[in-house]
Amino acid sequence: MSTSSLVNAPSLSQRARNIRRNALRMGEVQGQGYIAQALDISDVLAVAYFHAMRYRPEEPTWEDRDRFLLSNGHYAIALYAALIEAGIIPEVELETYGFDESRLPMSGMASYTPGMEMSGGSLGLGLSIAVGMGLGLKRKGSKSRVFTLFSDGELDEGSKWEAMMSAAHHKLDNLIAIIDVNNQQADGPSKQMMGFEPLVDKLEAFGWFVRRVDGNDLDAVVVAFDATISHPEPQPRIIVADTVMGKGVPFLEHREKNHFIRVEAHEWKLALAELDAGDRS
Amino acid sequence: MKSVTSATPGKPRLTTSAMIASIAAEGQKTKPAPFGHALVELARSRPEVVGLTADLGKYTDLHIFAKEFPDRYYQMGMAEQLLYGAASGMAGEGFMPFATTYAVFASRRAYDFIHQTIAEEDRNVKIVCALPGLTSGYGPSHQAAEDLALFRAMPNMTVIDPCDAHEIEQIVPAIAAHHGPVYMRLLRGQVPLVLDEYNYQFRLGKASLIRNGRDVLIISSGIMTMRALEAAKELAGDSVDVAVLHVPTIKPLDHEAILREARKPGRLVVVAENHTIIGGLGEAVAALLMRSDVHPVFRQIALPDEFLAAGALPTLHDRYGISTAEVARQIKGWLR
Repeated sequence: MSTSSLVNAPSLSQRARNIRRNALRMGEVQGQGYIAQALDISDVLAVAYFHAMRYRPEEPTWEDRDRFLLSNGHYAIALYAALIEAGIIPEVELETYGFDESRLPMSGMASYTPGMEMSGGSLGLGLSIAVGMGLGLKRKGSKSRVFTLFSDGELDEGSKWEAMMSAAHHKLDNLIAIIDVNNQQADGPSKQMMGFEPLVDKLEAFGWFVRRVDGNDLDAVVVAFDATISHPEPQPRIIVADTVMGKGVPFLEHREKNHFIRVEAHEWKLALAELDAGDRS
Repeated sequence: MKSVTSATPGKPRLTTSAMIASIAAEGQKTKPAPFGHALVELARSRPEVVGLTADLGKYTDLHIFAKEFPDRYYQMGMAEQLLYGAASGMAGEGFMPFATTYAVFASRRAYDFIHQTIAEEDRNVKIVCALPGLTSGYGPSHQAAEDLALFRAMPNMTVIDPCDAHEIEQIVPAIAAHHGPVYMRLLRGQVPLVLDEYNYQFRLGKASLIRNGRDVLIISSGIMTMRALEAAKELAGDSVDVAVLHVPTIKPLDHEAILREARKPGRLVVVAENHTIIGGLGEAVAALLMRSDVHPVFRQIALPDEFLAAGALPTLHDRYGISTAEVARQIKGWLR
């Protein structure tokens, strides 16, 4: 949680709603974006940024912050939405999303954006960097933790499993990974591209502490983060979050599933309206 | 199928060099593990220096560092993508990783990891790789004939091809003083000692005229500078006066020194490199000369664009034209 949070801070569900709203507004600005993924991961990001992580919005490189590595760079729209909600990126910059000279390019890069700790997009990189950061933080005697988010599709990449073995080998208890299992890759359902189940068994066999959770159930996500953070054993930990693409905007939840969901120009306003309506109901 | 050349009658049959073999010729003056010892020296005053390897600590002279600083040595297992991703993460936390493996694995297997997690983010990682170019007789799996071309093409990357033990000792503190990613070719084990006799001092980004001469200018890097100096002595016996410009920093290239020497009239210009003829020092120099309207008679000594054979290194260096005798022979042919 931000060190500057207030007693009467918005609830996690309000945070998640605002993250979705920021993402939809960026999608509208550019007329495109990985919006279905952003909507599916908003609850996890709300818990990460407003319950689990330590950081200072006004000082994104604060030495004692928890690190957050976005491995799936195309989820940048989701992370920007969370960083805006967290006050790390000014809300006005939302209008610049994906335009020339913007600090918010469509695929996340460390050199562009405050709060973006790695250049993702070439999928499979994040966990290896996280291992190095985890080792580095331990070497410094730091209490900071490394969170890293990646997608189920990235499990296809061999490097992920190199890093899985390495994190367990080095007993990186300061490493908390999150897999977004939305079962959608570029060419179709993840499980049809390269089957990865039984995922919990696999990860446990690799030496990780695992919690699998409905990634769109905020209370359950909170419990999963708490369990992984407080787990006392010297091992890396991972949250497997099963999510629904387009979550929070019913007509997008029900749209035929695609890696890059098409949203017509007039539909962005509709999506925002549905999001708000869902929040009132 | 590769054609097998029968051994010259009267010559001893040469065996393929083993994993730990040295590039040094028999009887040549050498120094053991200059990189390992120089890194230990550096690490004494630089607590941020750490050593990482992918199951090749003993074969990249990093074991010397590991023995001296066991808690600053990270064995990452035989996983080169992880090695360089983790090195980036360590650098992100303020450390200066020296991450070692063989040149083939860094340049070919881990290229995207180095490109994205190290070069794009301008991380302070020193990539130090043994068996550069043709310095292994194990065949293409271990012969990094294209490493310089690949790393030259990567933005932010400094690329260095040292000649000998004397130079490696000087390069280690020099690349530590430079903030940013560096790819350094490593000569390991018993490493030839050549440049100490020339009062040589390495300077990052600078070429150095090791020897002057009226007839031929050899522009070379790495072990080919050693070969060029030997060939120059041989050619002197035929009254051919050879200059040698050593260019250890392949990128950024010392344009000024190369143009100054190449502009001197009446000399054959030969670029010699332990690398494929595609994309290395030779083509870099050729492009520089063309862009600068400098047009000497220009020749290249480099490895051919083909998968190289397995076998004994002296045989292979002869076959592919990078032995001292072959360098001298080719130059004499071009002068006729």
